[in-house]
Amino acid sequence: MTAVRSDAMGWGFVAPALLWTLAFFVLPFAVMGAMSLATLDGRELVWGLSLSNYAELAERAYLRRAVIVSLEITLTVTALSVLLAYPLAWIIAFRVPPRWQRLALLLAILPFWTSYVVRSYAWLLVLAREGWVNEALLMLGLIAEPVTLANTRLATVTGFVHFFVMLLTLTIYANLVQLSPNYRRAAMDLGASAFQTFRHVILPLTLPGIVTGAFLTFVLCIGDYVTPQILGGNTELTVPQVIMVQLGRRADFPLASALAIVLMGLVTLAYLAGARWLRVDRL
Amino acid sequence: MSSRLLLCLGTTALAGLAGAAAAQEELNALVWCDHTDDALIAPFEEAHGVTVNLREYEGTGAALALLEQSRPGDWDVLVIDGIDVFRAVEAGLLAELPADALPTGDFFPEVVMAENNIVDGKTYAVTEKFGYNTISYNAAKVDPADMSDLSAVWSEKYAGRLSIYDYYLPVMGLAAIAGGIPTAEIGTDDLSAIGETLATMRSRAASVAGVVAAQTALATGEVDIVVGGGEWLTAVLAEEQPDLTWTIPEQGAVRWAQSIGVLEGSEKPDLALEFVKYIVSPEGQARLATSSCFWGMPANAKAGDILTDAQKAVLRWDDQPDYLSRTQLYPAPDTDLDIEMQDLWLDTLQQ
Repeated sequence: MTAVRSDAMGWGFVAPALLWTLAFFVLPFAVMGAMSLATLDGRELVWGLSLSNYAELAERAYLRRAVIVSLEITLTVTALSVLLAYPLAWIIAFRVPPRWQRLALLLAILPFWTSYVVRSYAWLLVLAREGWVNEALLMLGLIAEPVTLANTRLATVTGFVHFFVMLLTLTIYANLVQLSPNYRRAAMDLGASAFQTFRHVILPLTLPGIVTGAFLTFVLCIGDYVTPQILGGNTELTVPQVIMVQLGRRADFPLASALAIVLMGLVTLAYLAGARWLRVDRL
Repeated sequence: MSSRLLLCLGTTALAGLAGAAAAQEELNALVWCDHTDDALIAPFEEAHGVTVNLREYEGTGAALALLEQSRPGDWDVLVIDGIDVFRAVEAGLLAELPADALPTGDFFPEVVMAENNIVDGKTYAVTEKFGYNTISYNAAKVDPADMSDLSAVWSEKYAGRLSIYDYYLPVMGLAAIAGGIPTAEIGTDDLSAIGETLATMRSRAASVAGVVAAQTALATGEVDIVVGGGEWLTAVLAEEQPDLTWTIPEQGAVRWAQSIGVLEGSEKPDLALEFVKYIVSPEGQARLATSSCFWGMPANAKAGDILTDAQKAVLRWDDQPDYLSRTQLYPAPDTDLDIEMQDLWLDTLQQ
């Protein structure tokens, strides 16, 4: 009797979370999955089990290219963000005095306080031919005439990296400050150099923080529409941009859904690749 | 039951009834951004004692999807691309308008567009605003003489200095005009030639930009030319940057037009019709033409009596007969050709 009551109480506690997940994830995902198997007959939506939307991915070069572009940008952004965020998190965790660490973290995430769209347009102005970067390079005599920086992949990657370095700094910092200084001391006592200590002790122990931040970066970056749209200048299209085209003009919800499923597939692959180290409790 | 409680219940009931009455005096319109200017909407609201709820959208596909997912009566008025009226009519979304209530006799004849707004003898929409997708440029940075020849605009001379407006129909229309193909006659067989021109254009372009991005690019000097631009792009910048201007090349350019109609199933068809009549009246037209979002020519020529000389100068009022004679309505493909054109556009962007 007690066990039955305990089970009922358990379900009672879990029910809100289950219902929330069902209503806001499972159900929409199921609808999207079903929509991806439907087709359009003119403007009429025909429900069915057709794989034609997925076949179009193989047939249409611009769709394949969008997947490649999305992956290239996302992997570049993730790698660059990790490379920049790790030293920053390290400095905040081990070089900044404890009483200043909160302030340092606050400063690191300050750009988060600005609207995402405003920040992207700000980058557009900074990278413009008459923007600060070109002006600085001209003043230093490094270039003879302004170079094109805005409306390029470089601009998209810059905007993304600026955003995600902040995110990764937080996850890696959270991991670093949990490390006992005894690990480093023990490694040094055993004769390890500073590099060997980092390579064989610190890095493996901070891998969960890195992978968790990198996974979040991957998820947010590959599904982002705003940054490539504003900074990339449509010089190449990512999957979210192609999805918007399908919805905006054609109202082709089946093909847009198939593309969204493909995005989810890529995210799932990224999750599986990092699952071993993923630690959500590091967030 | 105390008298105080009765008073409370009575007041609540009256408030509820008043609320219901107020709710009946709301008009819901699905519009382009130029209709969200308070200077345009407030006079109608005051004159009729109603509230106009406006929702902006981008892309006819998005609007049609929204309407098809809404209940009949949710929306009363629709602003739609002139070439897409037939799509809304085919979907049974637009109600018939009383043609004799519309002042189309006062319109510039070229933009009445009966072939678009009238289906099977029934009027479903009326043109409200038009303009041109042509060449916008910075006169201080490029040779204005070059801008009168489309092939010079996207020549090697201006490589990296031009942006392409991010809408395939007008840009492909310009590409067709450059190749001597009338926009109304574009067919599948023409796409190869249009694609070649697009590829050339794309190879010389620094970006493919939407309205805000194109304006930003011109204003900041990122580019000096916008292919597909026009008065709607530069008019709002004219005061601060008079060098930003536009022209219609010798080969011609593309003309855009937007229409307005009443939605089938509207629960306030009379009020919706009054709104349409207001928008196409000279006063409404003058306000719509100079909307803060983007300027464009009013369809009703009598708006010229309301607009100031300065506003007409920016709109190039006196040049309209010449412009109208040298421009073509932008392509209005059927569903299959439309998909082919979009695929070609996306392929070009991804090159």
